[in-house]
Amino acid sequence: MADKPRIKLPKEATKGEIIQIKTLVSHVMESGQRKDAQGKPIPRKIINKFSCEFNGKPVFACALEPAISANPYIQFTARVDEDGTFKFAWTDDDGTVITAEEKIAIKA
Amino acid sequence: MPYRHVGLLAAVVAITALAGVPAAAQDAGRKGIPAPPGHVFKTIISGYEFRTKETRAVQDDDLENPGFLAVERAADVWKKVEGSEGKSCMSCHGEAEKSMKGVGAAMPKWDDKLKKPVNLEQRINMCRSEHMKAEPWAFKSQALTDMTTFVRYQSHGMPVAVKTDGPMSPWFERGKQIYYTRYGQLDLACASCHERNNGKFMRADFLSQGQTNGFPTYRLRDQRLVPLHERFEGCMFDVRAEPFKPLSDEFLALELYVGWRGIGLPVETPSVRN
Repeated sequence: MADKPRIKLPKEATKGEIIQIKTLVSHVMESGQRKDAQGKPIPRKIINKFSCEFNGKPVFACALEPAISANPYIQFTARVDEDGTFKFAWTDDDGTVITAEEKIAIKA
Repeated sequence: MPYRHVGLLAAVVAITALAGVPAAAQDAGRKGIPAPPGHVFKTIISGYEFRTKETRAVQDDDLENPGFLAVERAADVWKKVEGSEGKSCMSCHGEAEKSMKGVGAAMPKWDDKLKKPVNLEQRINMCRSEHMKAEPWAFKSQALTDMTTFVRYQSHGMPVAVKTDGPMSPWFERGKQIYYTRYGQLDLACASCHERNNGKFMRADFLSQGQTNGFPTYRLRDQRLVPLHERFEGCMFDVRAEPFKPLSDEFLALELYVGWRGIGLPVETPSVRN
């Protein structure tokens, strides 16, 4: 949980360019369907929501379901028109939010 | 419902018929390295070549490959002081990128003090208990597997180079003996699948040569990194045998011998397999 999410996007882009963003976060994604050695159900613990915003505006968001495997990898694209910061947030079932941010600049 | 049974039987026959045929055709596409003289294989092929292109793509992308989460975790632990000596890995070894280069590719190595070969997990724990005076990590624990992956990753792309001569030769022979011994209710030896039948399609999967160059490997099935001895255990369990214990002399001998079977293959740790 304390792991830093892994994010890859270019440091620079031309104005209006569509860039690819890759994210990988460390998480168990326990589905809630499994039982432990004593036969007791293991409580569900997944990331149920991912969102990304650029300079405060939403860029991409999705809901995650229990069938998604551990360490979810999410890849999407975004158009960049100005310098700014991408903010990423992964929301856990228990309410904790893993956050990260990445800056991008417009090529002069 | 007799019709369904007929259908199932027909399907089984079809699969069996298929399984034998395309093995050779599949081989053609698998790239390997030429084996040294006297080796069991003509061409040594990494497990990577037996996986689907989707699985390979996950391994090839350094960001997408979940094994790197472990590498990054252990890179932090490398610098962390633990134990009563007030030392971290870094206190003695400095930058892992330099000091650990090639170390993982040559494991297991002979230890003069213990008079036996020692693998990477054991070496890490010896460092912890002897030099750092810290608690050794349990086998299969995330901490130990992470550190093993991190150290082995420093040899990424370097050829597997285990030494099998000198005091290692009786261990090599022991490993070889285990490799060719049939175990379990299914009465299968390692060689039954990985030497005589690699490349064939079995249980919805291609049998590989059973190479170890990618370990610890991120298994999609387990959704985590799996160390080599756990995989050995899994194989023995699958043939319904009673597995040897992880880090036992038997598995160590086998690790050495199987390492030799893949001699020269590039280290792929952290690899991704199904």
